[in-house]
Amino acid sequence: MSKVNIKIEGIPFQVDAGLTILEAAKQCGFEIPSLCAFNHGECSQASCRVCLVEATGARGLVASCVYPVAEGMEITISSPKAVAARRVSVELLLSNHNRNCQECEKNGKCELLHVAKITGAKEDRYVGAQTPVSIDRLTPTITRDTSKCVLCGRCVARCKNAHGIGVLGFENRGFKTIVAPAENRSFINSPCIMCGQCINVCPTGALMEASEIDKVDAAMAAGKYVVVQTAPAVRAALGEEFGMKIGTPVTGKMVAALRRLGFKKVFDTNFAADLTIMEEATELLNRIKNGGTLPMITSCSPGWVNYAEYYYPDQLDHLSSCKSPHEMFGAILKTYYAQKIGVDPKDMFVVSIMPCSCKKYEKNRPEMEEEGGIRDVDAVLTTRELGRVIRRAGIMFDRLPDEDFDNDLVHDYTGAGVIFGVTGGVMEAALRTAYFVLTGKEREGVVFHEVRGFDNIREAEFELAGQKIKVAVTSGMKGAKVLLDQIREGTSPYTFIEVMGCPGGCINGGGQPYVREVFLPNEDANIYDTYMQKRANALYSEDERQVWRQSHNNPQLQALYKEFLGEPNSHKAHELLHTHYNKNRKKFD
Amino acid sequence: MSHLSEAAAKQINEICDRYASERTPLMMILSDIQKEYGYIPLEVQELVSERTGIPVAEIYGVVTFYSFFSLTPKGKYVIGCCLGTACYVKGAQQVIDKFSEILGIKAGETTADGMFTIDALRCIGACGIAPAVSINGKVYPKVSVSAVSGIIDEYRAKENN
Repeated sequence: MSKVNIKIEGIPFQVDAGLTILEAAKQCGFEIPSLCAFNHGECSQASCRVCLVEATGARGLVASCVYPVAEGMEITISSPKAVAARRVSVELLLSNHNRNCQECEKNGKCELLHVAKITGAKEDRYVGAQTPVSIDRLTPTITRDTSKCVLCGRCVARCKNAHGIGVLGFENRGFKTIVAPAENRSFINSPCIMCGQCINVCPTGALMEASEIDKVDAAMAAGKYVVVQTAPAVRAALGEEFGMKIGTPVTGKMVAALRRLGFKKVFDTNFAADLTIMEEATELLNRIKNGGTLPMITSCSPGWVNYAEYYYPDQLDHLSSCKSPHEMFGAILKTYYAQKIGVDPKDMFVVSIMPCSCKKYEKNRPEMEEEGGIRDVDAVLTTRELGRVIRRAGIMFDRLPDEDFDNDLVHDYTGAGVIFGVTGGVMEAALRTAYFVLTGKEREGVVFHEVRGFDNIREAEFELAGQKIKVAVTSGMKGAKVLLDQIREGTSPYTFIEVMGCPGGCINGGGQPYVREVFLPNEDANIYDTYMQKRANALYSEDERQVWRQSHNNPQLQALYKEFLGEPNSHKAHELLHTHYNKNRKKFD
Repeated sequence: MSHLSEAAAKQINEICDRYASERTPLMMILSDIQKEYGYIPLEVQELVSERTGIPVAEIYGVVTFYSFFSLTPKGKYVIGCCLGTACYVKGAQQVIDKFSEILGIKAGETTADGMFTIDALRCIGACGIAPAVSINGKVYPKVSVSAVSGIIDEYRAKENN
């Protein structure tokens, strides 16, 4: 790439041509405050005007997030004119902002507050009209509050880029502009898949998860038998809530914290991930054997299930009928386990700690209920919410000892369960077991490298008992659309497909800790490019440490089948562990 | 979607296809639909979205950004009162207020009989004849408050004949 010579604050630098001033400055060690610019130009509206600088050859100040560097350009970030302009930009944003920061759950991770601090903005320099406010608290997943919105457009870009959906857009004009689903509807009446990626990119508290902390508090206060399960991806990121380096696995400390929070039992959703694999691999092999609908597609991700229901209602037969692991676990806890320990399932309250905001929606689905109106799962907290609860309880996370999950009938898990948390993991876990079921022996080399990584669509071909099967893995709905269109046109070469709603899988779920360079001074400068791999590595290394790495070798799972379920895909397994999908969902209800 | 007749759906798809080779066809599509039907409700936006792959929220954003597009049906006669700077200082506010008073509707609204809509416009480029009013493309120069009732009567008479 050709280079250009520029000067920043009088100091000469050579940078790639074509970079924006913001990016170039960063490479040279200058961080220009910015809000709307995000993730290498994924979003740069130049709308917030927080990144104004002086540049020779330009008329007036320029928005550095969109203005490209040029040969000989001299850039001044610290001139009184630029400093004052940036401060005024932030003050104007603050003048139309609901400044109840004390009660805002984004406080501490709010980028508006951050740039206000950096620019020295006064919160009440300008007093005037405020844009009419709309607040959406109708979904169990995402809340939207326009009084906190700075119109940066990151959520709009993420929904469109990651998923090709574009549920959110800019509406109206001028001072009345808001970001909202069409007609300023609630997410619940829009074709939103509730993945929560918009929450992950929002710089302020405009988009947040709907908190269920109060629900858990109430169950505890009412003396319910409250048990908790944690998804694999949570342990790979929870440490970040307490200032640990990204990718630090904190399984033991997480268990210790949950025990100190008063949960009666602390379980690992991984047990149910293994259970899911037994059911799903069996279902796949049955479909292959009996001429069932192929390719079969995984169904662990509720965001993906929502997408399939809204956008491909004619292809729902391709989805595995398996419930997601935490729902399976809920069903087992309230039947098999409750019976074993002599607790009335009506008194049991199951909390799932998930990297996902959509699990909050999933647990409310009418299908996720057992006889007598007993819900499989009663409350879902995100990784971020768990962080809040731990801080609230005064637990010093980094000083906790490492503890183990409760060793009680549903404790064991294998490495196959752990890797569910990263894209390609379910596929790999299913292949490990399918190989065994078909051949009667374990495959040499337990890792399926082909399905790992973060490329949008990854495919591989395997020989299973003399039969060649092609598989594909994707995460984010853009890739899913490609694969689904192939199926619709009858050109899909695959037998088995894994789809996860969020790009990168659960490690990058809509409930995971925010990754913002400005709040992570001790991470590498390119942390936004590497955090997913770091979290994934935490899971892959836990897989490597396990004694058993294939789901079918989980001893307590074998006992569960022997004593209770019979065999995979038995009648009882179908009743408790499988579900069906709704092909009649209206996009705009 | 169910509200749309098959014929209307077909025509909207046809309009979309007219601009299939354009890189950014949305404005032209919406413009044609607005001209054809007088408004662009959400059902129609959904159809355009399906045909073009442009998200509904984006289409809705464009429709609500430009005052030329309307979400609700407009009247048979759209009275466009220019409130640009020149017209404004020449008394355009009093003119539009008079239209409102006589027709009993505010700017942006349509009379119950579906006959008239009042639109408040920003400069239509006719400053030399301020205050200007444009009704379905016909421009009335230097409109005074006292002339307003006559203009309305002109269209009512047209309807009665």
